[in-house]
Amino acid sequence: MSEWWTYQLSDFLMFAPSTYWRLMELYNRAFWPLQLLALLAGGAALWLASLQRPAAGRSLVLLLAVLWLWVGWAFHYQRYASINLLAPYAAAAFALQGLLLLGACLWPQRSLWLQRRWGAKPGIVRQGLGGLLAGVGLLYPLVGLLAGRPLWQVEVFGLAPEPTALVTLGLLLLSPYLVARTGRWLLLVIPALSLLLGAATHWTFLV
Amino acid sequence: MNRRDLLLHLVPLLGTSGLHAQSAQAPPVLAPVLTRPIASSGEQIPVVGLGSWITFNVGNDGPARAHCAEVVRQFFAAGGRLIDSSPMYGSSQGVIGEALQKLPSPSRVFAADKVWTASPGATQIGASLRRWQVPRFDLMQVHNLLAWEQQLAWLQTMKAAGQLRYVGLTTSEGRRHGELAQIMRTQPIDFVQFSYNLLDREAEQQLLPLARERGIAVLVNRPFRQGALLRQLQRHPLPGWAAEIDCASWAQVALKFVVSHPDVTCAIPATRNTAHVRENMAAARGRQPDAALRQRMAEQVQRL
Repeated sequence: MSEWWTYQLSDFLMFAPSTYWRLMELYNRAFWPLQLLALLAGGAALWLASLQRPAAGRSLVLLLAVLWLWVGWAFHYQRYASINLLAPYAAAAFALQGLLLLGACLWPQRSLWLQRRWGAKPGIVRQGLGGLLAGVGLLYPLVGLLAGRPLWQVEVFGLAPEPTALVTLGLLLLSPYLVARTGRWLLLVIPALSLLLGAATHWTFLV
Repeated sequence: MNRRDLLLHLVPLLGTSGLHAQSAQAPPVLAPVLTRPIASSGEQIPVVGLGSWITFNVGNDGPARAHCAEVVRQFFAAGGRLIDSSPMYGSSQGVIGEALQKLPSPSRVFAADKVWTASPGATQIGASLRRWQVPRFDLMQVHNLLAWEQQLAWLQTMKAAGQLRYVGLTTSEGRRHGELAQIMRTQPIDFVQFSYNLLDREAEQQLLPLARERGIAVLVNRPFRQGALLRQLQRHPLPGWAAEIDCASWAQVALKFVVSHPDVTCAIPATRNTAHVRENMAAARGRQPDAALRQRMAEQVQRL
């Protein structure tokens, strides 16, 4: 890209904010009341993350894997791609994250490379940060409501990318099983990038 | 009909009310839409067209697509012809195609589109034709000068084969003007497209005189700076001279400033608001500013 320094984030936004929120509304309406089930699953995931048992950790990553595959397919590929040419790449990244989580569930012993650096029990900082991220992710619909959007246009964990990424980051930090048994950094990369991309998009809505 | 709609319908008449006395019962007679010739052919096109960046990218939202179709219908009803799009505008091409199918005479459209990657132009154009649902494009442009040497050669071949009517190149927001000027000097092109508005006037120095000299038609994008210019201007009252050129809004002032430049062929503001499309098309009618007033307009807006 020539003269790349002259471009701003808003130059890459190819749809109006109202179009994005309308797309979210149609998505929410199409799958109602799946949002309630997703929030229940979020609560269950939080509970699983607090358990010390390996089976709980495996159940947690399996649940997250299903949700990442779902958001990648149902949101990014099926809907967001209709207004954003980059959405198919986001769908592929979400699918990859889903497969990584699935791998952590099916072959937990293969991903031990962080076991020596991190203790089995998360420290207070990790617990605090993890709890904060997961909490904000689960309560994310309130962000939309406080921003003045109608109820149908709020973003819900398990259906929309940002709350799903937030909760995933939080739970990966919180879970003692994952701390000990999985390649955490590998699992954190895509959620973190997804959050950055989402934040950049939402920022351009404001400017 | 609200007050704004009423104004939009009446304003084109204000400047000519003394010339066209009408009885109370007679339907209003609008001033003709101003047209300009495409230098390479002499074909006339209206000076106001319709862009589609962001505004028509509404995805698969049925009501939003129907609303865009209504914008297109009103654009044609008001005398418009040229619609500009690109494969990088998301769902815009398909939305335009659907809208054209709803028109009684879609053949009136002057279809302008772009090729935008290094992949063969003919492949891209085939996909774009299917989305637009038109038999051929009137104008095909190389988007943002991307792989322009390769693409322009393909487009010229297609034009020679009768698969296109005109070829051109685009840039926006003042980028790569030097390179564009060099291409204008050396390549046989029909159109160029770049940004020009009350605040971004760099094109007056080089590109617009060069277009006249080389016989190249000019499409102007971002006449409102993607809305930012109007948001800035609307905080201020309309100047007194706006009435002298039949303008009822800052949008019409901004558009008339652009299209009254003698070397501009057509400005392509994008909107999905039916009132705005009528407002924009009204700027193609009535009195236009002369060179002295254009200078005043630019100076005054610069100070605001």
